[in-house]
Amino acid sequence: MRLSGLQKEVLALYRQCIRECRKKPEASRKRFQVFARNEFEKNIAIDKRDFGAIEFLLRKGRRQLDMYSSPGVKDIK
Amino acid sequence: MAALRSSAARLLGAASRPALRAATAPTSAPAAVRGMAQVADAQQHSQTASGDQANLKTFQIYRWNPDTPTEKPKMQSYTLDLNKTGPMVLDALIRIKNELDPTLTFRRSCREGICGSCAMNINGTNTLACLCRIPAEDSAEMKIYPLPHTYVVKDLVPDLTQFYKQYKSIKPYLQRDTPAEDGKEYRQSKADRKKLDGLYECILCACCSTSCPSYWWNSEEYLGPAILLQSYRWLVDSRDEKTAQRKDALNNSMSLYRCHTILNCTRTCPKGLNPGLAIAQIKKEMAF
Repeated sequence: MRLSGLQKEVLALYRQCIRECRKKPEASRKRFQVFARNEFEKNIAIDKRDFGAIEFLLRKGRRQLDMYSSPGVKDIK
Repeated sequence: MAALRSSAARLLGAASRPALRAATAPTSAPAAVRGMAQVADAQQHSQTASGDQANLKTFQIYRWNPDTPTEKPKMQSYTLDLNKTGPMVLDALIRIKNELDPTLTFRRSCREGICGSCAMNINGTNTLACLCRIPAEDSAEMKIYPLPHTYVVKDLVPDLTQFYKQYKSIKPYLQRDTPAEDGKEYRQSKADRKKLDGLYECILCACCSTSCPSYWWNSEEYLGPAILLQSYRWLVDSRDEKTAQRKDALNNSMSLYRCHTILNCTRTCPKGLNPGLAIAQIKKEMAF
């Protein structure tokens, strides 16, 4: 399947999230992965042509990733 | 007196929110009027004495909620009686939030043009809501939008992350290697101090930067009028010793030279400063 630029961006963000998870302590790594997955699945139903909404969610996601990837964050509930 | 006040408050409630009238007991209405209560009371007394008509004004306000990203932004109308509202747009916004719609979101703090929190686009001009009078003569609707070409956080709240990042990039603090001669203060002549007038007053409300078309198209790299004004503030400071490095940092095609002297910045500045002039001064200093 040919992916649009926006879809590629979403996938890239997801990959980056998973990569960041690997830097977390082993005990809480699974919880970070589940959290990231859930954040994406929350908005799985959005129409792929709703560019405004997707772009906003991408920005929001990047902000969240920025915050959670700081080394001070060790666990997530 | 108390009877008069509560009846006036009931009138106010009836005029401003017919839909909520049934839900709200009349006695609870005065408690709901927070902040502007005293002004409102005083004005009600004079009004009941003269028997004036309600002076209604409609505000159209940009609404967008990040919790429902698939819904498109929309304009929502609110009607207020100006006789019971303070004179500034911020007073009206606060009253709308208190009485009509608590979900309306905007930043505000000092209500006197010192903090720069309430910068927004009012009737097509970027300005501070707390310094913008509600025009009383014409009855046209007022349109209120967030600052143009900014990402919106919610309703009238813009995302200024990029703006602050750029501010950080110019190192807005005194840089010196040599200590003061007397070991106490860094002294400055009166003439040197005078150079900072018209620069240090900037409150970083972002009104000028977001009104600049050049900044709209190049906000990633072009610093924008507000940040360049601050740059100049540190360039001319006689106590700063890193002037050459500061100039070096600006010496590329994007940071400074995307200013095409459109001068929207000077026209819009709610504090009456002149970022256009400051940018021209930097260009002059770089050239000679």
